[in-house]
Amino acid sequence: MRFVDEYRTPEGIARLSAEIKRLAQGRRVKLMEVCGGHTHAIYKHGLQDLLPENVELVHGPGCPVCVIPMGRIDDAIAIARAPNVIFATYGDMMRVPSSTGSLLDAKADGADVRFIYSPLDALTLARNNPDREVVFFAVGFETTAPSTAATLLRARDEGLENFSVFCNHVTIIPAIKAILDSPGMQLDGFIGPGHVSTIIGLAPFEFVPRHYGLPIVVSGFEPADILQSVVMILRQIIEGKARVQNQYARVVRDAGNRRAMEMLGETMMLRPFFEWRGLGFISQSALALRPEFSAWDAEVRHTVPNVRVTDPKACQCGEVLKGVIKPWQCRVFGTACTPETPIGSCMVSPEGACAAYYNYGRYSLMQQGAEAGTIPLVRA
Amino acid sequence: MTSRIETSISAQLDRMERARIVRADAPRLRDTHVTLSHGSGGKASHTLIESLILPAFSNPLLDGVADAAVFASGASGRIAMTTDSYVVSPLFFPGGDIGRLAIHGTINDLAVAGARPIALSVGLILEEGLNIDLLRRVIESMAAAAAAAGVPIVTGDTKVVHRGKADQLFVNTTGVGVVDDRVRLSVDSVRPGDVVLVSGYVGDHGMAVMLAREALELEADIESDSAPLHTLVAELLRAAPATRVIKDPTRGGVGTTLNEIAQRARVAIALDEERVPVRVATRGACEILGLDPLHIANEGKLVAIVPPTEAQAALGALRAHQLGADAAIVGEVLSEPVGMVLLRTGIGGSRVLDMLVGDPLPRIC
Repeated sequence: MRFVDEYRTPEGIARLSAEIKRLAQGRRVKLMEVCGGHTHAIYKHGLQDLLPENVELVHGPGCPVCVIPMGRIDDAIAIARAPNVIFATYGDMMRVPSSTGSLLDAKADGADVRFIYSPLDALTLARNNPDREVVFFAVGFETTAPSTAATLLRARDEGLENFSVFCNHVTIIPAIKAILDSPGMQLDGFIGPGHVSTIIGLAPFEFVPRHYGLPIVVSGFEPADILQSVVMILRQIIEGKARVQNQYARVVRDAGNRRAMEMLGETMMLRPFFEWRGLGFISQSALALRPEFSAWDAEVRHTVPNVRVTDPKACQCGEVLKGVIKPWQCRVFGTACTPETPIGSCMVSPEGACAAYYNYGRYSLMQQGAEAGTIPLVRA
Repeated sequence: MTSRIETSISAQLDRMERARIVRADAPRLRDTHVTLSHGSGGKASHTLIESLILPAFSNPLLDGVADAAVFASGASGRIAMTTDSYVVSPLFFPGGDIGRLAIHGTINDLAVAGARPIALSVGLILEEGLNIDLLRRVIESMAAAAAAAGVPIVTGDTKVVHRGKADQLFVNTTGVGVVDDRVRLSVDSVRPGDVVLVSGYVGDHGMAVMLAREALELEADIESDSAPLHTLVAELLRAAPATRVIKDPTRGGVGTTLNEIAQRARVAIALDEERVPVRVATRGACEILGLDPLHIANEGKLVAIVPPTEAQAALGALRAHQLGADAAIVGEVLSEPVGMVLLRTGIGGSRVLDMLVGDPLPRIC
């Protein structure tokens, strides 16, 4: 497959792996990959096996499913249960638990919840069901927000009245900042989010080297991309110079996608604050619809209970997201919290750090654990 | 006067005679949609069955229209029996339809148990309002699939439910087969050192249905692999009589099937990702949707575990058959870690391949 296979050749991978080992010699390096897509790729390809034990990857907050606070799912379910509503959502939001069950449970209970691949599918649902109210559950970072924006513009242009958006879009920069400011944080660099950067470009990441003195390399999603990004970060560390670099130049333009940013600006604005799962309230970290689009704003059109739910006590998603603990160090990992019965959202999406660990990482974990004798390993 | 009465009487007789002839003919189905009366057990039911279903499935056992088909098993051996219900949506998808699937699925459940399928039943649950032409297409597809597989449909049943109580059309098929006394397939016989084979490209069926169902704007030429596997299994068992176990990796895909085997047999299974045959189009669709081809359903593939001494013979037998031309050895059985399936990734890493959890839900980003 073009654009995929050439980034997965074993020879190229072996060369990069050896280079990392050489560069990292004599130091201990902790890098965070911000994006859930990277976490997924790392586990899917078993990349950890190709890194020396002194280079550690910490899985950051970039899984859109994982950072949605429980209360927002309660709100979503309340909307979905309202009479005459068709609630359209991305597939992996269906299993995320609220305080009263998931959207999948609500669907079984009679709510009309449908899963879609693109917000434009929700628009089609609205056109085809003129006597129903279609609500699109918008989640995700700057990666998915522009397609929500494009959908809103189209809904306005078509004068579509039975369509609205329950907006939960979040922005990556404040989250990175929150992590950098959190106590006990010891990162040596960032693997920057490739998809998000296609939209926002490189400039927004400048604060990372400037204010925190850390390197950040925007990376693609193939195994060779990620390993090459690690090489680039290690070289920066060795040179003692931190800057923003673009490893994913075949896709990411330095200036980002101006048209997408314009559409975002036209339809959405920053919320003063938004709650992130495990990270708490972060100011100016999420998007709401502009007042001009209130006719398509589900939070205006429907009664939203604004449920606030504290995360389950046992759940340590926050510490996992901040990289303070590894997924398997969580109190409930693999015992009470599994992909079948997730407590925290990190266990729901396959790119959530916990689910990725659970699905892909247990074997190597088990080998380590056999030596350490401390890691709980429970098979479902 | 007389002549007028005579005319009228002869006209009446004429009409009665015509009616008699018409009634003696096979009843003709004129309805365009299924109504509740087609399930009432009365005339409409009779018409539906006599005019649409029986002619399509026709064979001496079925044509007797007795309450039960009575037949000899035709060979010595143990009886295998299986049943499966089909509720796939949409009813038609690239490479197949619910009817074809219902025939192949049940034949395959028999086949992988080492049985030679000898008879099928068909139970239909129809939703009020179902288009008769659509029903006819499904029936004809079932008839063609059963005929091509050489397995007769010997009994059946039809019910109609109120609109909204079913999704157009549900099918149940039950199959009976005979297992030769020499065949000893059992998951408990799997041993470390055994070799894992798959009979061809994996993930096509599930991906074809998913693309058809979700009206994805994804243009991909992926067709369901729906096919009857009994002759392929027969060839495999002839070439590799010590074959440990055969499975058809339907829902949950090869990954889930191998996990079931690893857990039941208390062994580990190691797969080489690179050696698992996956079509470029299926792999591409999986990449885009964030799914693993090893978790996607197949309807015309088998997974076989054979002792190492018979691995090449098994591979040769599979490849010599039209349905196994792309067969491959994909992995081996290990003793540790018990109950797990490990995947050696294409780039030299490794990971655990778990069972599929829930439905395959696409990732958003």
